[in-house]
Amino acid sequence: MTQAAEAPAVPSKPRTPWITRSGLAVPLILFALFAVLPPILVVSGETFLLTILTRIMIFAIAAVSLDLILGYGAMVSLGHAAFIGIGAYVVGIMAFHGVSDAFLQLLVVLLATGLFALVTGAISLKTSGVYFIMITLAFAQMAYFTTTSLAMYGGDDGLTLRVRSTVFGMSFLGDRITLYYIVFAALLGAFFLCRTLVASRFGRVLQGCRQSPLRMRALGFSPYRYQLVAYVIAGMLAGIAGALLANQIAFVSPAYMSWMRSGELIFMVVLGGMGTLYGAIIGAFAFIAAEEILSHFTHHWRVIFGPLLIIAVLFARGGLISLIFARRGSG
Amino acid sequence: MLLLLQIKRAEQSIAHRGDAQPPGCSGSDGAPYATGANVNTILLTVQTLNGLQLGLILFLIAAGLTLVFGVMDFINLAHGVQYMLGAYFMVLFYGLTGHFFAGLVLAVLAAILAGLILEIVVFRHLYDRSHLDQVLATFGLILFVNEGVRMIWGSVPISIPTPEILQGAVVLMPGLLYPTYRLAVIGAGIVVAILLYILVTHTRIGMQVRAGAANAPMVSALGVNIRGLFMVIFGIGAMLAGFAGAMAGPIFSVEPGMGDHVLILAFVVIVIGGIGSIRGAFIAALLVGLVDTLGRSFATDFFRLFLDPSAANSVGPAVSSMLIYILMAAVLFFRPAGLFPAPGK
Amino acid sequence: MRKMISAVAAAALLGSGSIAAQADSLKIGMMLTLSGPPAPLGEHARDGFNLAVEQLGGQLGGVDTEVVIVDDELQPDVGVQRVQALIERDEIDMFVGVIFSNVMMAVYQPLIDNEIITISPNAGPSPIAGEQCSPYFFSTAWQNDQNHEVMGRFAEDQGYERVIIMAPNYQAGRDGLAGFKRHFTGEVVDEIYTQLGQLDFSAELARIAGAQPDAFYTFMPGGMGVNLVRQYRQAGLDNIAFLSAFTIDETTLPAIEEASLGFHSGAQWAPDLDNDVNRAFVEAFEEKYGYAPALYASQGYDAALLIDSAVRAVGGDLSDKEALLEAMRAADFDSVRGSFSFNNNQFPVQDFYSVEAVEREDGVYVTSIVEKVFEDYGDAYAEQCPM
Repeated sequence: MTQAAEAPAVPSKPRTPWITRSGLAVPLILFALFAVLPPILVVSGETFLLTILTRIMIFAIAAVSLDLILGYGAMVSLGHAAFIGIGAYVVGIMAFHGVSDAFLQLLVVLLATGLFALVTGAISLKTSGVYFIMITLAFAQMAYFTTTSLAMYGGDDGLTLRVRSTVFGMSFLGDRITLYYIVFAALLGAFFLCRTLVASRFGRVLQGCRQSPLRMRALGFSPYRYQLVAYVIAGMLAGIAGALLANQIAFVSPAYMSWMRSGELIFMVVLGGMGTLYGAIIGAFAFIAAEEILSHFTHHWRVIFGPLLIIAVLFARGGLISLIFARRGSG
Repeated sequence: MLLLLQIKRAEQSIAHRGDAQPPGCSGSDGAPYATGANVNTILLTVQTLNGLQLGLILFLIAAGLTLVFGVMDFINLAHGVQYMLGAYFMVLFYGLTGHFFAGLVLAVLAAILAGLILEIVVFRHLYDRSHLDQVLATFGLILFVNEGVRMIWGSVPISIPTPEILQGAVVLMPGLLYPTYRLAVIGAGIVVAILLYILVTHTRIGMQVRAGAANAPMVSALGVNIRGLFMVIFGIGAMLAGFAGAMAGPIFSVEPGMGDHVLILAFVVIVIGGIGSIRGAFIAALLVGLVDTLGRSFATDFFRLFLDPSAANSVGPAVSSMLIYILMAAVLFFRPAGLFPAPGK
Repeated sequence: MRKMISAVAAAALLGSGSIAAQADSLKIGMMLTLSGPPAPLGEHARDGFNLAVEQLGGQLGGVDTEVVIVDDELQPDVGVQRVQALIERDEIDMFVGVIFSNVMMAVYQPLIDNEIITISPNAGPSPIAGEQCSPYFFSTAWQNDQNHEVMGRFAEDQGYERVIIMAPNYQAGRDGLAGFKRHFTGEVVDEIYTQLGQLDFSAELARIAGAQPDAFYTFMPGGMGVNLVRQYRQAGLDNIAFLSAFTIDETTLPAIEEASLGFHSGAQWAPDLDNDVNRAFVEAFEEKYGYAPALYASQGYDAALLIDSAVRAVGGDLSDKEALLEAMRAADFDSVRGSFSFNNNQFPVQDFYSVEAVEREDGVYVTSIVEKVFEDYGDAYAEQCPM
């Protein structure tokens, strides 16, 4: 995140370069880093970091999709991990039955998560505020308990993915660098899709609904329908993250959709800075990296991590990205 | 194959449960368990009592949560931690004093103190923040306190002995034996609920609390010391959660993270009841307690009525785990702000 | 016989003048569940393992040993990631872990694919004992079903005719109850599955009280078991025999205390198992850590002794995996559980006992051997293992 400070930062307000005005400076630097890191890591022999970075990007996809509904639509979903789990289970179950074609799997993942999002979203969006939080939690818990009772697919013990997804019958997702770049591409795709959505008329209506549903209704928009569409898109993107997670770990487990995971996704978004999309990526990075680094030092890492979270909230209003911009503004 | 056979056998015997007089246990300990046709009635009664008891413990936790949320507009995830602290303080003070009730009083006092310290150190700085910031910070607090408790007391579960006078079981009616301590928990829960009701409806502070739940800025504008009111509400919440933890100790084991599961249940309760509503929390807590307990005991039997036994065995527990969430989703579907939404919201 | 072969093999290897000499160091990655409610299991296994390493002067098989301990947090995907870090970042020579089967199923493939010698100090899921068995995988514990089978046979031997069995609704729970029924031919009146993490068993206890079986069998690990046993006593069900596995042990006894007295469990080990190695182990363990070891500690201790014996047998040369595996298979060491050999699936063939909770003279609650239930007993899945 220090690298962001080296961005073409100009304190004076007029005549800022396009890249700063577009708000793309930080994400582009992030993506450039993600793009060039693998060769560096391979050369320096730190290949295990690739695994962690891949995981960070997978959760970043889910976090970006959550930011779409949370940051722009004010829909605080405490059930977002359910989509990750469903995506993962679709891949796991299809592979279990010998269907490993990536495109077919992707299609079913999108259908399954889209349908789940449509049904649960249609019901959940009748509520708002903390009631929305709890009802999304309820649906995620139902999905969680359903998978734990799937005795045929290992129930609680989870399901080993015997074959990773294949493209035209070829399997190359087992290769870590290939998987890394596929996840990277998915993250790029998710980010720019959400960005385009947010900037579009659809996105403006969505944000309008967040600020004042009443006014939007007066203008002739139905907030409910816009919110539902956003919810379904976010669910499908998180489903893709789940499919990638299944391929990375080669294992699917109900644990992927526990409510703690949903909570962690919210933390990633809030920690990074919500309503920016790339804040979610930074949040995912900070969260997973902090967990990895701290747990390496002590098994009591939560004693440190907990207060860090509190401090982050108290002193970094608007998330970690606010630190970047605050520094830029003052210096 | 063997498994199927066994289940079938189990099936048959369930059908005949009741008229079987098992060999070798003809009430040798004088345990007056029922054998006969009224077994199902007794089962239902016992389960209902159990549901009540769980519901009352949930109410004690949810009451503080819903007040803090309703009046202060503050989502306190660390409320479950305060329940856990109550239990650990009970371990500590029961050990020190060797007396259950002295331990209980000290534990509740310590829980209030801990709550107020948390309020001053952390929560106070979060009142004017967004709900998400509050969630994030209080979750950090959960991580910290859980791990801290683990470092102090270890991760091995600790037990709190049942006090001497509340040991054993009481015969409620012929064939119905119920643990004395659980009855005491039910009694204590009801007493606290009544006291809380009187406090909220018949005292000046209660009036301010109710007004705060409806419109906090207005109460502040009318000259009520809102900071002081917040402290009082917070203290009450911490006291109730600590009391629940201390009372639950002899029934449940005391271990790090024991508050997390309860926290989710408490949130389910306050959302069903309507945020800020003590009455709603009370009814929803009993509802959740009963649905959860009765669901667990009868879901599998229910599914055996129309599914084959092995399917029922896997579907039943899964559905019973989901029941309270289904209940919550259903309530919110029909009443998006809970059963008893606070007026003015 | 095997012992001799491996000795000969080792000697031949040394004699052949191969340049591969004793390794400088032995790095062992250990992943256990060390957080959350089930943490005590991981802590016992860790302390048992560390005790052995310490007693052997920080060396296993005469090679300086470094143990890297990580926590899987009981999350399969976190586990996989930590294991990959152990393999790639720490470049471990061997892996010791894990406690829970769901984590084991997730990390098994990455470990085996990387040809890392893996010793499980606890989890023994049936696929790994059966068709997915691997020459790189060893268990110093048991196959998951076995301790349940012990109680099934015990119930049979006691002449119980009607039992109610109960476990949490997860894979290990369902496997456990299936294991119990393998040797029990009486009537299973009711088979109850509870929610994982459930703390209040009043609903289930009322059912049991209503059915009045001869015996009640349960598998209810950790805090769940603590609550169940205490509530069972409170409910006054003393006339129904209480049988269990992985429920009443030294990790839960400090909380259950006298409520568990006289209750039976199935186990392959107890602190008072009568042999010299075990007596020394228990004494040293309690002195060092200040608490009584549970079977998980004995399994961790044996894992270290197994590695020690194998590394010693190959003269500290870790480069020849085949020789090392051969030496591992010999299980040539004095286990705390007495006699012990490996089955074809490299799970132990060992004796199993019924144990009982007792209060020791010093006031500590421990399990105590009652009688031997199975002798040299292998698991039911070994025949599916192609090795």
